[in-house]
Amino acid sequence: MYQWDFGILWSYRWLLLNGLGVTVGFTAAIVAFGLVAGLIAALGMLSRFAVLRLAALGFIEVFRCTPILVQLIWFYYAMPILTGLEMTAVSASIFALSLYGGSFYAEIIRGGIVSIDAGQGEAGAALGMTPGQSMRRIVLPQAVKRMLPALMNQSIIQFKNTSLVSVLAVPDLVYQSQVAAHDSFRPLETYTAVALAYFAILFPLTILVRLGERRLASAA
Amino acid sequence: MTGEPKIEIADLRKSFGRLDVLRGIGLSVETGGVVALIGPSGSGKSTLLRCLNLLVVPDGGRIRVGDERFSFGSGEKLPPAKRLAAFRAGTGMVFQHFNLFPHMSVLGNVMEGLVTVRRLPKAEAAERARAQLAKVGLADRAGQYPSTLSGGQKQRVAIARALAMEPGVMLFDEVTSALDPELVGEVLGVIRALAAEGMTMVIVTHEIAFARDVANRVVFMRGGIVVEEGPARQVIDAPREDATRTFLSHFHRGGAALAPAGS
Ligand SMILES: Nc1ncnc2c1ncn2[C@@H]1O[C@H](COP(=O)(O)OP(=O)(O)O)[C@@H](O)[C@H]1O
Ligand SMILES: [Mg+2]
Repeated sequence: MYQWDFGILWSYRWLLLNGLGVTVGFTAAIVAFGLVAGLIAALGMLSRFAVLRLAALGFIEVFRCTPILVQLIWFYYAMPILTGLEMTAVSASIFALSLYGGSFYAEIIRGGIVSIDAGQGEAGAALGMTPGQSMRRIVLPQAVKRMLPALMNQSIIQFKNTSLVSVLAVPDLVYQSQVAAHDSFRPLETYTAVALAYFAILFPLTILVRLGERRLASAA
Repeated sequence: MTGEPKIEIADLRKSFGRLDVLRGIGLSVETGGVVALIGPSGSGKSTLLRCLNLLVVPDGGRIRVGDERFSFGSGEKLPPAKRLAAFRAGTGMVFQHFNLFPHMSVLGNVMEGLVTVRRLPKAEAAERARAQLAKVGLADRAGQYPSTLSGGQKQRVAIARALAMEPGVMLFDEVTSALDPELVGEVLGVIRALAAEGMTMVIVTHEIAFARDVANRVVFMRGGIVVEEGPARQVIDAPREDATRTFLSHFHRGGAALAPAGS
């Protein structure tokens, strides 16, 4: 029978907390950049111009249909060789994760926008709004409410995806826990604690999502 | 009411795929005139109305509203989005299903065009919006949200929202068709008052008695063409065309003298 000893982790608390901070910061960055990328791609998909629709579709499918781990490695190792553009591990990670998340956000945002009754945009146009004004003032505010649960769901997945940046030696929670596990010879305690940390942060968020979904269903 | 008409349409054409919805429409509305557009469902009334403010871009023909002229057809460029938007700002439209903005208060709905399109300061926009709401009898509902209103109240807010832009013409597309019968009167009353003020209007309606009463002229459409056009009472009381007569025989509203059915 294995003798658990979580006390050993106390001496690594700053290391692990530091890693957690990096993980949270990374998530904030890739959710923000990802939403911007997703919004642009969603608007591209809905554009009158076939070129923009095609470009948006290409972006979405390339990033949706390849593993994020491969994308991370590709941006860090392959792109510099092909283009001469060097990226730090941190920027390559933010880049890849943002675009990966953006490809999923794009579909959610596009779906939210088309779910709004066409009469809303027409009423805006009839008042003399440009397509951009009616999108910003009339359609998006209503669509965002409907998209919120799905966007949060995707962001929860993004939070977990940040764990992959440890392969590029970005010092996130997983990377720091590897350091702690090697140093303490206590991988079971370390990884269990790390799993609990992820769970403690994400479980309340999933409850929030569920509440949001229920409220939407009853409002419809 | 002299001088050139406020609205002129010539040879207007529109197809959706292989379906020819408008097949060469000509129409003119004098300044301060009220035209009622009647006809069976699918005859192209809504499409014509939506072409008038370019929510639908015609395939061919010409439209003039006030000083704004547009030509359509091969070789004609689509007007840029900015010009379309500016044109629509001067053309009020009211829809069958209200299309109020559910995320804004009643006051917010009426202010929206003034703030976003006309770029008025909030305070001034609110003041003008309140005046429009008072005009349609809803001053006391300014703070409520559309979902708390009756259908008749919603439609009056929609009219106030369009009027706030101080449009040169107003377009109404079956604005009472989605209302419970007892709420139709309050909306028609607002339109009647606008007619008395001299607003130029094109009204698609199935309220034949109202059309006879308020409109100067009635246009009967079927199959994408104008079948009959003339003074309201003449077209409704003594239609010249068989098709008009047959259509009108389905209505027995309001005690207006209708031609006997099935001749
Ligand atoms: N956006 C559209 N796309 C395809 N068909 C349309 C569209 N709008 C209208 N139609 C068709 O055009 C015909 C005329 O429609 P409409 O102008 O709404 O007639 P009405 O208002 O007289 O009932 C109908 O057959 C309708 O299905
Ligand atoms: Mg119609």
